[in-house]
Amino acid sequence: MALLEIENLAVEFQTSTGPFRAVDGVSLKVDAGEVLAIVGESGSGKSVSMLAAMGLLPWTAKVTADKMVFDGRNLLGMSASERRKIIGKDMSMIFQEPIASLNPCFTVGFQIEEVLRIHLGLDKAARRKRAIELFEAVGIPNPAERLGHFPHQMSGGQCQRVMIAIAIACNPKLLIADEPTTALDVTIQKQILDLLMRLQTEHRMGLIMITHNMGVVAETADRVIVQYKGRKMEEADVLSLFESPKSDYTRALLAALPENATGDRLPTIGEIFKGAAQ
Amino acid sequence: MTPVLEAKNIVRNYYLPGGLFKKERTVHAVKGVSFKVEQGKTLAIVGESGCGKSTLARIVTMIDPASGGDLFIDGKKIDIAAGDLTPEIRRKVQIVFQNPYGSLNPRKKIGDILMEPLIINTDTAAAERRELAMAMLKKVGLQEIHFNRYPHMFSGGQRQRIAIARALMLKPRLLVLDEPVSALDLSVQAQVLNLLADLQDELNLTYVFISHDLSVVRYMADDVMVMYFGEAVEYGARDQVFNDPQHSYTKTLFAATPRADVDTIKARLARKSATLAAS
Repeated sequence: MALLEIENLAVEFQTSTGPFRAVDGVSLKVDAGEVLAIVGESGSGKSVSMLAAMGLLPWTAKVTADKMVFDGRNLLGMSASERRKIIGKDMSMIFQEPIASLNPCFTVGFQIEEVLRIHLGLDKAARRKRAIELFEAVGIPNPAERLGHFPHQMSGGQCQRVMIAIAIACNPKLLIADEPTTALDVTIQKQILDLLMRLQTEHRMGLIMITHNMGVVAETADRVIVQYKGRKMEEADVLSLFESPKSDYTRALLAALPENATGDRLPTIGEIFKGAAQ
Repeated sequence: MTPVLEAKNIVRNYYLPGGLFKKERTVHAVKGVSFKVEQGKTLAIVGESGCGKSTLARIVTMIDPASGGDLFIDGKKIDIAAGDLTPEIRRKVQIVFQNPYGSLNPRKKIGDILMEPLIINTDTAAAERRELAMAMLKKVGLQEIHFNRYPHMFSGGQRQRIAIARALMLKPRLLVLDEPVSALDLSVQAQVLNLLADLQDELNLTYVFISHDLSVVRYMADDVMVMYFGEAVEYGARDQVFNDPQHSYTKTLFAATPRADVDTIKARLARKSATLAAS
């Protein structure tokens, strides 16, 4: 049975010019221990569809789906308080901007212990012990001292490690990583990706990787979904996506990579995609 | 021919004054970097954040003075501290910043943004300024109707086009591009890189291209300089640096760059199934 199964998901926002469909009929499935990458440019609805699964969208968004089941439980009819027991515990998320997504007013130790207190109900000593364990697991040097630091005292890569530590604090079954390395340097990106992949194999987590970097997809994913303007363009396993992309949009996306440049100028998505659509 | 830009042994130190509990200290952001760029060529500067590449950009753009070393632009020695910089020298070097969402004034119309450098640095007549701005809009792939719009009405790629247009208004010789595409999507990135290549061919521009994305650097650059903690650890022609990196940091950098080719994926999947079978 799939860990997360979504069928025909649609998300609509009310705007002054009428309803805007950010996600239009997306279906996806993730199994335990599987890495699924969702690729697309900004505005393709890749983050919004995952926020909908997490239940983190503002009330102005209208979420509809035929089916949204996580670990055998129906997310659609669930009350908000029941849902809060799942998110952050069995299903958790890492956000794009590590520095912006931590609370600047509290130490990172407080923020990680908060998760342990609310979801697992550990006492103070156990919380601290587990927090140190987690910081060690994500590779933060000197964890006991680091717990007392504020986010602004840490670098972007360290903050992202803290975010990952918070997300995996309760050994989630599904981890959603929303552009986890976009704000980071390549060397740090490599470390963070290696860390995520190690944790994923160790705990047999399901991992959804949202990204627009084809390199990151190639290095991490088992299966890939390509999204464009809220619709799913293609779904394939990673090898066949890169070897023989089926949709024209994927082909255009791969051709726009600078490392695949064949001539003097890069082909742009617009010209290839429009040419193919005609 | 004299190179458009030549730097000899550039040093930049930042002095941090001590406080009640802190000792004063000096940060050596750039430690003696030398390079030169010929007209119509592109020098790419690569390195992680904090390695001094943006500090170098500010020195080249004459925003900050260097603490030591010599900077020559078109063969003329530049010394900001002496305060003898004429508008003629200033307009030779222009910069495009990383984030087009932050580098355009949200309260100004695009036309005013484009005409401002002319008002400050030249005494062009108003009608002519307008004409020049219109022509530049078209050159970077926008339209005349965009003249009276505000920055928030544009997408990221369009904004970066506007930032490039603004930098080109003064007909510079040298354009410093500080991570110009790192805030943009892949498809938009391709468009902006093409625009930069077109402009370079058409106007014979010289670029200093700062980036941490090696695939972009490989596509754009003629020469590459790799910086690490304020030092240039590797400097040479693009193919030489990419095919035969000498310094260990350059090798680490290449190894860390994710690769999107089929062989790499096959190797990774094979490794993965091997570990799964073992456990």
